[in-house]
Amino acid sequence: MSIDQSTAAKVAKLARIKVEDDALPALASEFNTILGFIEQLNEVDVEGVEPMVSVEPMRLKRREDVVTDGNQQDKVLANAPDAREGFFAVPKVVE
Amino acid sequence: MSDLNKLGLAEARDALRKGDVTSVELTEACLKAIDDADALNAFVHKTPEIALERAKTADARIKEGDAPAMCGLPIGIKDLFCTKGVPSQAASKILEGFKPEYESTVSQQLADAGAVMLGKLNMDEFAMGSSNETSVYGNAVSPWRRGNDDAQLTPGGSSGGSASAVAADLCLAATGTDTGGSIRQPAAFTGITGIKPTYGRCSRWGIVAFASSLDQAGPMTKNVRDAAIMLETMCGHDPKDSTSAELAVPNFEAMLTGDIKGKKIGIPKEYRMDGMPAEIEKLWADGAEMLKAAGAEIVDISLPHTKYALPAYYVIAPAEASSNLARYDGVRYGRRATLAQGDGITEMYEKTRAEGFGHEVQRRVMVGTYVLSAGFYDAYYNRARRVRTLIKKDFEDVFAAGVDAILTPATPSASFGLGEMTEADPVQMYLNDVFTVTVNLAGLPGVSVPAGLDAQGLPLGLQLIGRPWEEGDLLNTAYALENAAGFVAKPGKWW
Repeated sequence: MSIDQSTAAKVAKLARIKVEDDALPALASEFNTILGFIEQLNEVDVEGVEPMVSVEPMRLKRREDVVTDGNQQDKVLANAPDAREGFFAVPKVVE
Repeated sequence: MSDLNKLGLAEARDALRKGDVTSVELTEACLKAIDDADALNAFVHKTPEIALERAKTADARIKEGDAPAMCGLPIGIKDLFCTKGVPSQAASKILEGFKPEYESTVSQQLADAGAVMLGKLNMDEFAMGSSNETSVYGNAVSPWRRGNDDAQLTPGGSSGGSASAVAADLCLAATGTDTGGSIRQPAAFTGITGIKPTYGRCSRWGIVAFASSLDQAGPMTKNVRDAAIMLETMCGHDPKDSTSAELAVPNFEAMLTGDIKGKKIGIPKEYRMDGMPAEIEKLWADGAEMLKAAGAEIVDISLPHTKYALPAYYVIAPAEASSNLARYDGVRYGRRATLAQGDGITEMYEKTRAEGFGHEVQRRVMVGTYVLSAGFYDAYYNRARRVRTLIKKDFEDVFAAGVDAILTPATPSASFGLGEMTEADPVQMYLNDVFTVTVNLAGLPGVSVPAGLDAQGLPLGLQLIGRPWEEGDLLNTAYALENAAGFVAKPGKWW
């Protein structure tokens, strides 16, 4: 599998990272180096092997579906780059 | 007492309890050492006020006789841990200005035990790197040098600041985190001890997530006893981390008898890599001889899927990272890019993440995005998870055959020069973790113990891998190795 510039651009878009057009050839080439390394996995016979879900065979702890924490609006917003009137503020989403 | 910053945890604890020294004195000695060591760029956010306040409280506790082991001991905290009111940036520009409103469980447990936080330590951005060269704060520098050559060397990564600070005696010990070797590799590069416990031993709550199924916190210390003391305080069940194990934490220090008679130590043939330096080969053989002389039985073992650990890791870790790092969007915390007239929310995300993430982080997020994308999920991500199952089974088979611990080199080389790998392709840097990454994939405990110096006078480490949840037994084997190796070298002070 080889990645071309348009695939690199698509991946950057999916990852929501702006990549300038002139940086795409180098990016595609790095992807290909890494994917070339990953291709070794195709040598392994994985027939009938379950994909690992949890490294230790533990059942995840469960708890009642209730509020355990809350009423901390100030703290939640304290680190926001732009908070107004108790909300996170972002650029206009809908025209 | 002079040079208090040079003490280890156990020595300082004993001196505090005897009343020979106060926590304030220990703390002041470390703060001075830190201020004298800006050239190492290990401490990136200093917290002297917090340190002295905690030291005073600790002294009062010790006087009252209410003093847990870590009480009054000055330590550094890796920047990956959220610390309340103190910058916690994961060495990334995207978290510039972020001051958490909460404290990570591990750093809280250390604080509750009376440990004194001196400040935050340098690291690779989001713990992605093996040389501490991806940090927004600039490189952390190793206190070690190649003889009289003044070229700056890497302390390793990602916990490079922690390793540099402990090796240079800026603190008595430090926290680290390990996703593919980020505690053990820097410990080996700087002649200190570092243990990554079993996955689930330490709560991950409040530690900036890189790859959640692999990340574990652990101590980086001056010797094995100190690692046992600090690890015990860091471990324990936490309801806020659903993967943290509900298991009792033993008194690890009490398990350090140095007696390993009859223990079976495995030597995996697959770790004998082509082109491995003769010095590493010899160190490994010497380590096996030392354990044998201490009464252990040395057996040859096979871990047949070892070769596939790094490629599996470089699918799984970036996949989890691309998901974990989706939260850095310029909305809830950290830094938002300056926007142009008419930019909408998508431009805000894209510009913020392009400006805020460094090159290596961007690359891994995009590789992760690719391997998880429609049409490739099975071919890459699911295949890597199947290989991970096989890698874990390799270890299970060996343990089922009666092996108590596995001895390997910690790294394929000694520390290298900062900037020396700049021209190499990313895969060359990834090879640093070839001996450590299997342990994360299998969720096992692994410890790096300094065992010798190379021809240039740089430290080399050996790694011991243990059975799940048996950190105490593993540390005891490490203790026996430490006693036999007798590693005492320290870097000469040039900074």
